[in-house]
Amino acid sequence: MPVLSHLDELEAEAIYIIREVAAECEKPVMLYSIGKDSSVMLHLALKAFYPEKPPFPFLHVNTTWKFKEMIKFRDETAKKLGIEMLEYINEDGVRRGINPFDHGAAYTDIMKTQALKQALDKYGFTAAFGGGRRDEEKSRAKERIFSFRNASHAWDPKNQRPEMWTLYNTKINKGESIRVFPISNWTEKDIWQYIRREKIDIVPLYFAAKRPVVERDGNIIMVDDERFPLREGEVPQIKSVRFRTLGCYPLTGGIESTASTIDEIIEETLASVESERTSRVIDNEAAGSMERRKREGYF
Amino acid sequence: MQKSKIGLLKFITCGSVDDGKSTLIGHILYDAKLIYTDQEKALELDSKVGSTGGTIDYSLLLDGLMAEREQGITIDVAYRYFTTDARSFIVADTPGHEEYTRNMAVGASFADLSVILVDASQGVLVQTRRHARICKLMGIRHYVFAVNKMDLVQYSENRFAEITAQIEALASELSLDSVKIIPLSATAGDNVTKRSSNMPWYTGEPLLEYLETVDVAADSSDEKFYMPVQRVCRPDRTFRGFQGQIEAGSLNAGDTVRTLPSGETANVKSIFVGDRQTDSAVKGQPVTVTLDREVDVSRGCVITKDDGIAAYGTLDASLLWTDDVPLEPGRDFLVKLGTKLIPAVVTQIKYAVDVNSGEHTPADRLSKNGIARCTVKLSEPVTADRFSVHKTLGEFILIDRVSNMTAACGVVEELYEKSVSGEDKAAFTDGVLKASGDLFEEFYYDVNSYNVFHAQTVTHTFGIGDEIPSHGKSYTYPDDLDVIVLRDKVAVKIRNRKVAALLSFDSYEYDGTVPLVNGRGFGVLARNDAEVKQFIAEYEASDKDSLPDLFGKWLSFVTYRKIYISGTFI
Repeated sequence: MPVLSHLDELEAEAIYIIREVAAECEKPVMLYSIGKDSSVMLHLALKAFYPEKPPFPFLHVNTTWKFKEMIKFRDETAKKLGIEMLEYINEDGVRRGINPFDHGAAYTDIMKTQALKQALDKYGFTAAFGGGRRDEEKSRAKERIFSFRNASHAWDPKNQRPEMWTLYNTKINKGESIRVFPISNWTEKDIWQYIRREKIDIVPLYFAAKRPVVERDGNIIMVDDERFPLREGEVPQIKSVRFRTLGCYPLTGGIESTASTIDEIIEETLASVESERTSRVIDNEAAGSMERRKREGYF
Repeated sequence: MQKSKIGLLKFITCGSVDDGKSTLIGHILYDAKLIYTDQEKALELDSKVGSTGGTIDYSLLLDGLMAEREQGITIDVAYRYFTTDARSFIVADTPGHEEYTRNMAVGASFADLSVILVDASQGVLVQTRRHARICKLMGIRHYVFAVNKMDLVQYSENRFAEITAQIEALASELSLDSVKIIPLSATAGDNVTKRSSNMPWYTGEPLLEYLETVDVAADSSDEKFYMPVQRVCRPDRTFRGFQGQIEAGSLNAGDTVRTLPSGETANVKSIFVGDRQTDSAVKGQPVTVTLDREVDVSRGCVITKDDGIAAYGTLDASLLWTDDVPLEPGRDFLVKLGTKLIPAVVTQIKYAVDVNSGEHTPADRLSKNGIARCTVKLSEPVTADRFSVHKTLGEFILIDRVSNMTAACGVVEELYEKSVSGEDKAAFTDGVLKASGDLFEEFYYDVNSYNVFHAQTVTHTFGIGDEIPSHGKSYTYPDDLDVIVLRDKVAVKIRNRKVAALLSFDSYEYDGTVPLVNGRGFGVLARNDAEVKQFIAEYEASDKDSLPDLFGKWLSFVTYRKIYISGTFI
């Protein structure tokens, strides 16, 4: 009997979870952030139901500050695959002019955390797939694959439901919802190796290219559009950079690199001694910041 | 020869608060430079504010949650990932305190191997016994006993021999299959990733080397195929595929399989692994399977090549209680077993098992983190087996019907009330036409558990001219009757208590002169052929959400049926 490879095992686990949710949950949605983990999730969803299309929609919570290339990629992907892609923007935040330059942590809360809660409430989704991985951050390392939220979308880390074998309990009361993380057990390396093996399309920003950037507080930030307020004396430099994670462009640090193929990225990643969330500016605030935000409803 | 990779190893570490298990794993990650630098930086920062005053505390790598950092103990399972040249690992670091036994069980249910820490200065303690017992209960087959803190006993070979004897006694008591005992020191690094020069008398592998090479794949050469069905895939009218994960054996196109609990046989038409069509698939793969004939299969059913697998109505199981609300016999729950989710009642606690000593004691309730042997009565037969024989068909959870909490997990020890298989089930036949005889099922109210159950007591196949049992304990049918069996798309005409004709729906017409029931004997509220056709059309267009309303509109249970009261199980 052949032994499944490490990637085959992770793939099988994720597909099993995705099918369980589709079979048992009333109104599931798959969150789609356009990043590489989302690309893997989408690919797994297509495989899980083939020859059927995924029996749930995809939801992108747009902060309006995403890289332009991300939005283009999102729209092309949805069209090519014929899947239902919902977009949600916190219009109230837009009206109030909330932006990452002036509002710091409040921006993340209003345009991401609050927007996500509003979107889930608006459509009445009872289960939302997310691409969170346990190797990303310490508090995620302890989160279950099926993670429960009360009516105000808060997580109680001290009272998680026991999760035995692969017998996932999907029962919830009215108003409650579930976050489901099918790729909890994948590492960043697994993600890249799977993208290579399965030839999954990802946003070109992951590959090194010459891009206009400025350096701020040790982070390389791309000047993606004219809304970027340059400081006095700041002149965008053209550098060969790529991004290890994608989010709002003013909050996403790039790295100088010439890796322009998957193989080169994998080689860099394997050699890398920095874990990927370092380049997400919001995580460096204080020890335990991610856990605190999650208790308040951040995904 | 090139070193071939063996599969992923999922293992757990367990030990009590002071055994140093977080330190052990922290040390493996640190030594092997398997942690990323920013986590290392965070670790140093955390250490400065922590109680250890400047020196690196490896356990901070793993104790993630803030509450735990404050208390200095591990209250929930933390998962860590690392890869060496030889293997990829997932380690679940689990809490050792008795109060968090259920969290430890979560980690154990996920793992193939357990690393149990034993303090060399203390030997096998009550908690060592508890940890080993929980791991065994949850199905772990491979054990490493890491005799830690050897530096505190001057690396004494004699002390190690004493502890080895204690461990061997425990392993024999619990019938542990594969046991490895390693003397080490997590803080000093002896026999963790490198062989220790302090213990030249130990000639075995250091811990990491053992974990890299141990083979945990079950001997699966003679396993037969089975797959619990997760969902039915119907992209259009021409395709009907059963999706699930193969839990044992292999499947090839053309194979003959049996469906449970319906007991039908069919041949495999096509197999997909994910989105790729293939001739065969093996254990562990997620597949979509199509068959060459219509079978009565939905989520919760099992497709198999193993004749030993069957459906049962009652289970005896070892339960680990995980809810704050204690169990009292007679309470009903939802049980999830395989992919089946149905109501069930815990009718009896046979005895409690002391989690530390293993002693059996009488009990009338079961509290959080307790273990007991219990009887579980299912509301309908479910495909199940003993945990030791077919693991996936022998493990289940109980869900509280009010709070929705996972109230318990259980493993099946014994099975009762084997369900009659398809060939022995009540049915009507005429040539190629076949219709199920579910209208002879008995419905009864069980006074012990306050639940309604159904049971099949008639197992006959009725051909043209055969007389039917029109009176049962819970049904009384008129002498003349039309039965429309929706599932099989066949109508059965009963005249003068005898089977007069079987007709496919295409050629059936209801003339309105005799009473009409569905396949389960519920009265159908249709007066003429047009209304019958409308009912059938609405049924075929329905899904699981609209079905209750549809049946509520068209069916009447009480016309020819009742529920009788029973003091004992059928």
